[in-house]
Parts: sequence; C-alpha cells; structure tokens
Amino acid sequence: MAKTIIEKVWNDHIVYEEENKPDLLYIDLHLIHEVTSPQAFEGLRLKGRKVRRPDLSFATMDHNVPTKNREVIKDPVSKQQMNTLADNCKEFGIPLAHMHHPDQGIVHVIGPELGLTQPGKTIVCGDSHTSTHGAFGALAFGIGTSEVEHVLSTQTLWQSKPKTMEIKVEGDLGFGVTAKDVILAIISKFGVDAGTGYVVEYTGDAIRKMSMEERMTVCNMSIEAGARAGLISPDETTAEFLKNRAYVPADQYEELKEKWLSYATEEGAVYDKTLTIHADEIEPFVTWGTNPSMGSGISAHVPTAEDYTQNSKKEELKQALAYMDLSEGMPITDIEIQHVFIGSCTNSRIGDLRAAAKVIEGKKVHENVTAIVVPGSFTVKMKAEEEGLDQVFKDAGFEWRESGCSMCLAMNDDIVPAGERCASTSNRNFEGRQGAGARTHLVSPAMAAAAAVTGKFTDVRKMNVYA
Amino acid sequence: MEPVKKLTSSIAPLDRINVDTDQIIPKQFLKRIERTGFGQFLFYGWRFNEDGTPNEDFILNHPAYKNSEILAAGENFGCGSSREHAPWSLQDYGFKVIIAPSFADIFYNNCVKNGILAIRLEEADRVIQAGKEGKSAAVDLESQTVSCGGHTWHFDIDPYWKQMLLNGWDEISITFQYEDAIRKYEESHV
Ligand code: SF4
Repeated sequence: MAKTIIEKVWNDHIVYEEENKPDLLYIDLHLIHEVTSPQAFEGLRLKGRKVRRPDLSFATMDHNVPTKNREVIKDPVSKQQMNTLADNCKEFGIPLAHMHHPDQGIVHVIGPELGLTQPGKTIVCGDSHTSTHGAFGALAFGIGTSEVEHVLSTQTLWQSKPKTMEIKVEGDLGFGVTAKDVILAIISKFGVDAGTGYVVEYTGDAIRKMSMEERMTVCNMSIEAGARAGLISPDETTAEFLKNRAYVPADQYEELKEKWLSYATEEGAVYDKTLTIHADEIEPFVTWGTNPSMGSGISAHVPTAEDYTQNSKKEELKQALAYMDLSEGMPITDIEIQHVFIGSCTNSRIGDLRAAAKVIEGKKVHENVTAIVVPGSFTVKMKAEEEGLDQVFKDAGFEWRESGCSMCLAMNDDIVPAGERCASTSNRNFEGRQGAGARTHLVSPAMAAAAAVTGKFTDVRKMNVYA
Repeated sequence: MEPVKKLTSSIAPLDRINVDTDQIIPKQFLKRIERTGFGQFLFYGWRFNEDGTPNEDFILNHPAYKNSEILAAGENFGCGSSREHAPWSLQDYGFKVIIAPSFADIFYNNCVKNGILAIRLEEADRVIQAGKEGKSAAVDLESQTVSCGGHTWHFDIDPYWKQMLLNGWDEISITFQYEDAIRKYEESHV
C-alpha cells in the first residue's frame, strides 16, 4: 500500500514495538538550548547516568543571548543559565555553538544551515518550534525537559503513533502573499487545535513552489495549529539546499540524495484527515488577538461577537480585544504600532531580510516607531552584511543586532513596553509574550517593513515595491 | 515520581479556552536551573497586579480555592510552548489533577512525566460549573472516573501512561531494559 512520508519515517525508527504500548523510537538528532536543558542534565548527574550519543546531539545558546553587546549580560540568572549549558556540554562531550561561535544562532535556523537537518531523520528539541525542521521531510517535534533527559540517556523516546493529516494549499499565491501569510491563514481558518494528535504534511502546488526558507516558515508554525510536527516531502529543492552544507559529506551527496527522495509520500497514500485551502483566498495577514488563530487579511476588519456562535469564543474575543485595546469591527489598517521586530525562527533567514529590505529601501522608519532586525544566526548576519542589507536597514532607521531569539519571547533585554504595540515576524501573540502588557501583531517580514514605514498596518502590495 | 491513585478536593474553575503555557508560567521565570520553586509564579500575569499585589478578580485568588488540588479549564489547555516549567509550576502550587475537554499534546505528555493526572473529559464544563458552585470532585485513576455533583463520568487514558502514573515509575529506568533492542537498532541503522 502507498505510504505517506510520516509512516515511512516512523517505521524506519522503531526500536521496539508491542501491542497496547507506545513505540520506542530512535532519535537521530537531538538539538539542545539553554532554557529547557539544565534540569535534564541535573537529572543525569543525580542518577549517575551518561549521555548515550553526544555525537547525535548539538547545542546552541539562543533564548537568553544579548543582541546588542555580547559582552554585557545584565541579568545574572540568564548568565548562569548560559554558563550551565556550557558546563554541561563540556562535562558530557556535546558540541556547542556558544554565544561567540560562528555557528551560533536560533536552534531552528542553524540546524538546517549546517545540514544537520536532513530528510528522513527523527529530530527532537526541548522547544515546540522544532517542527521547523519538518520542511526537509524530517519527523521533528518539540519535547519537554523530562523527555530531553530521556533522549540524553537513551537516544530514544516512547511515542504513540500519531494520526496523519494532509493540509493542501492549492493554486498559486497571489502577488505580495508570502509563506507567513499562508500559515497564518491556515491557523485562522482551521483553529489553534486543528492539528492536536496529528502530524501534518503540507502538500499542493503552492507548497511545492516554495523555497526551503519559505517551507520552514510554514512548518515552524505547525505547533500553532496544535500539531507537534508538520512536514513536507523532500524534492529537488530540498536536496539542492543541502548540497555543500557542513554536515552533509560531499562525497556521499548523491547517495544521500537518493535516500532522501525515497522518503517522499507515494502517489495514492491515504491520510486520516485532509484539509484544503486555496491560495487565492489568502492575502497578507495580520493577527489582532492573543493567539495565532486570531488574524485577518489586511483588507478586513477585527471581528465582532456576532461573527461567533459559541459562547466561549465570544468570551475569548472579548478578553483578547480588552488585552489588545482594540474594538470590534475596526479596520486592520487603522491599527497603529510603535515597534517592529524582524526576527525569530519563523522569519529571520536571509530571504526574510531581503524581503523586508526591499520594502524599506530608500524609505525611513516612521517617527513613532522603534524598529529592530535580529538575524536568525551569525551566518545569516554575515551574509546580509555581505549583501549590504544591514546598511539598507540602518539607513532607514532600523537597529541592526546580533543573532538570537530576542524580542520573540523577550527573555533578554529586548522587550516591548507595557501597553505598546509591535508588528512582529515571530510566531506567538500570547499575552505578555514580548513583555508584560505588550501587544503583539504577527505579520510577514514584508508587512512588518511596511508597518515600520507607515506607522500602522499597510497593505504592502500597494507600496510599489514589487514593480 | 509519586504514584497517583485517587483524591477528593474542591475544584478551581478556570473558565477559559486555549490557555497557553506562556500564561501558566511567563518567560521571565524560566531562567531557574532547578525543577522546584515555580509555584509562586504560576499564572503570574493574571494572579498579580502590576504593583505585585494579588489580583482579587482572578479565580485562584479566591479563598475558596486556596487548597484545591483539582484545576478545571476549557478546551486546548496548555497550548503553545513546550516548557515543562508549566506542569512544574502547577504541581508546585498544589494541583495534582487537571480536567479539560482537551489538552495540547506536549503539555499532556509533560504532565504524565511529572505525575500530574491530566484528564480529558467532554463534560469538563460541568466540572467547571460545579467548581463555581463550591462543590468537590472525586477522581479515581484505577477506575478512570470523575465524580461530582451526583454524576460519575468515565475518562480514557492510554493504558501505558496509566500504569506509569499508578506505579510512579521512572521511565528512563524502564527504557534501560530495552538496551539490547537499542544497541541492535544502532548496529543496523546509525
Ligand atoms: S525564536 Fe522564538 S519561537 Fe523560535 S526558538 Fe526562539 S523563542 Fe522559540
């Protein structure tokens, strides 16, 4: 019977199976960062356990790192957390891209960049956006700290077989519509728990035509639809991206490529569920609420209570709008912003920076707006500087920073003040995500750049930049 | 891990859907390198006013729920970040059972691994209501039941997780018993 990539990768990694029990799955790559790992390493030490496969583990510092001046970590607790990671990696022999290392960056940006992420692998990390790596056709999912400890000591996890879901994006994306708009539209249409219990495969013409970076943006936010993992069958685009990457041995490339492509879903394979969205119903998107499903096209309005039938939904809308200080039915283009953040594992790659730079080139950041660009990795930063993008941003009035998670979760000093509004290319608009009382609106890099220039949400398609 | 068997307690009713882990434990408290001491920060943004005084309107600050060991909430509880600090903070605060119509996958797993019983119950809204009325609920993992206000409901749980919870097993020690299978897999694949 024809199989989906999900079944193929799963079956390939079963170490042990027994009826009425989850399967014991082998993990090919374990990515580690400073926030969710200290308690796991401590657990190993307390019980005198070792790391089974340090060679299949890779660590970086990203959540806490300063993006202004790497030498100054004001918060002693942040500093301790990073030092703890360095000590743990040293003690257990795990490779680490520390804050000053040329490979440093957001864990989900550097995995693909280094070629650690490959089709057919099982990849885990104590981080829900591990789904990003699914863009390559890897089965990649976020885990908790107890599971981190389990993987460190056994290189395996007990997992119940997930149901499979296909999300098909049919047709061609319109002019000025990006991968970020696609995933925000999907979450808005199907809801924040549509994917709970499923692994999602994204299919359809619009997905096939996307670059690897765009596919990563889509897969990144699978968790925002409740799916632990979201993936895309590998193809020529995937293999081409991985050519000459540090962890892809050049002399084995052809052999590897053949193996990678063999994981693709077979014609006629059946999913437990299929959802479809048409590309032509998607326009540049802006979220107005406090979870990623609360978003609208740029030409639309904030909903009203009458738009919902369920009482719990009406109540949720009321709470969200109170927090966001917006009114029912107001046009999205009337929302004024004070901050712009271009960065995060969703949208901080070179293509994202190019898209934003294109919009702001020769223009100025609006006088009411503070705008920052935080490249996803040191490599992205270097590449952007080579292309002169840093200058385009700086000339327009953006701050150009060092790589890290930064204002995506505001664990370092990059915080949106209470009551202020941020157009952000990140993935979560939860209450307080970018700082206590801060209000987050999720958008694509191009839409964030447009908002930076005009001081409010503006349809980037009307800005004459795609001529 | 402490075994979980049965308990009777008042029910703290958190009548909201899609409660995310950023609300359960905000990021500024994720910097500790220990597993303990997170309870004081639980629902920080909702529990406290800006000046640090308790927000009297927030349900957990109501004296009736001070000692509740059961939390009842709306659908998709625990969505968002994978931070295990969320179940750690709920547990440290004193909750042993969470009842909701549905949970986010990672959060559910994280609960089980820490000996918190997360119960998927379609009738969770009735448990929330009972909590508001000051009633108690009795939860029994062995028989997989929740009883409250004269009703008894059955809930489903994966038999594997049930055994783990009832016995308070350490999963890693169990997995070590499969060392041969893991080694064999590594020899043929990695
Ligand atoms: S950029 Fe944001 S979402 Fe991505 S790993 Fe960092 S904190 Fe998490």
